[in-house]
Amino acid sequence: MNLEQQIALVTGASRGIGRAIALELGRLGATVVGTATSETGAQAISAYLAEAGAKGCGMVLNVTDPVSIEAVVKAVGSDFGAPTILVNNAGITRDNLLMRMKDEEWDEIITTNLSSVYRLSKAVIRGMMKARQGRIITVGSVVGSTGNPGQTNYAAAKAGLLGFTKSLAREIGSRGITVNAVAPGFIDTDMTRALPAEQREALVRSIPLERLGAPEDIAHAVAFLASPQAAYITGETLHVNGGMYMP
Amino acid sequence: MSSIEERVKKIIIEQLGVTEAQVTNDASFVDDLGADSLDTVELVMALEEEFECEIPDEDAEKITTVQGAIDYVTAHLG
Ligand SMILES: NC(=O)c1ccc[n+]([C@@H]2O[C@H](COP(=O)([O-])OP(=O)(O)OC[C@H]3O[C@@H](n4cnc5c(N)ncnc54)[C@H](OP(=O)(O)O)[C@@H]3O)[C@@H](O)[C@H]2O)c1
Repeated sequence: MNLEQQIALVTGASRGIGRAIALELGRLGATVVGTATSETGAQAISAYLAEAGAKGCGMVLNVTDPVSIEAVVKAVGSDFGAPTILVNNAGITRDNLLMRMKDEEWDEIITTNLSSVYRLSKAVIRGMMKARQGRIITVGSVVGSTGNPGQTNYAAAKAGLLGFTKSLAREIGSRGITVNAVAPGFIDTDMTRALPAEQREALVRSIPLERLGAPEDIAHAVAFLASPQAAYITGETLHVNGGMYMP
Repeated sequence: MSSIEERVKKIIIEQLGVTEAQVTNDASFVDDLGADSLDTVELVMALEEEFECEIPDEDAEKITTVQGAIDYVTAHLG
């Protein structure tokens, strides 16, 4: 697999899954712009890309802010060229039982995890249409398919982006742009380290491969969908979860 | 310098893959030139680039014929 000549925009690349994705796309030759919510985070991304010998840099992006999205897409365009690969990875959790859920917890999840996918995809699509090629890959979650108590908001956003992915795949397939999702199971990152030990152990017992996934496990799946080898795959969800859910 | 009409027609020919003869002034993009909705969006994008302007969505929806495009560009340029 080779991503030479490709320009990838990866949101939430400061840590966890996004960082692994940025490094893997960079290793395959793509120019990578990874985003963080802070200036120090963006600098750290520039540093790890440089250290790995990858082209590209970090930029500051808040996916809940349309102005910020527009500015970043513009900056990528003028610094490196219009993005040919978009990886919507940034995401958060605000877990709570529905009966206790606050409107802010619901809204924050929908804005950060779902509306951001709409906005970023819209922002990069013009360049991809003109280039007659492009890859939009959105990181979903197994929870979008199985549901999970305490995550009505998160699961709704993660299921929502699958419908978005399929519809957009139909809209722009004729222009050589593919739109896919990768749905991770439980991956060892800050997000899952926040869970109580007991809950983590119970989770591992429900996984046939008997371990949490590594961020690299997701990065490999994303890189495959971004590659020329995946040109005939669109509207698809690739589940990477150690077997904990088999559609 | 070619006229606005010529430039608009040239873009329509390129974007929709039609012949010069088909691009009569009263031709409708969808009904006569076989454009689908995505083609018309791309056509407007191409017009924006050629004439270095921004066409708001409300206006873009109303540009449905060759003459409509020529009129719009003529009215909004300069
Ligand atoms: N870990 C799992 O088990 C798991 C399972 C299924 C799906 N996922 C999904 O995988 C994706 C990455 O998860 P992760 O575990 O790697 O998360 P993480 O370690 O918590 O990292 C989250 C990333 O998102 C960024 N981010 C948060 N809010 C943002 C905002 N408003 N604007 C822009 N960026 C923002 C963070 O930037 P800062 O560093 O600047 O805060 C960080 O880079 C998420 O979409 C998540 O839902 C994870």
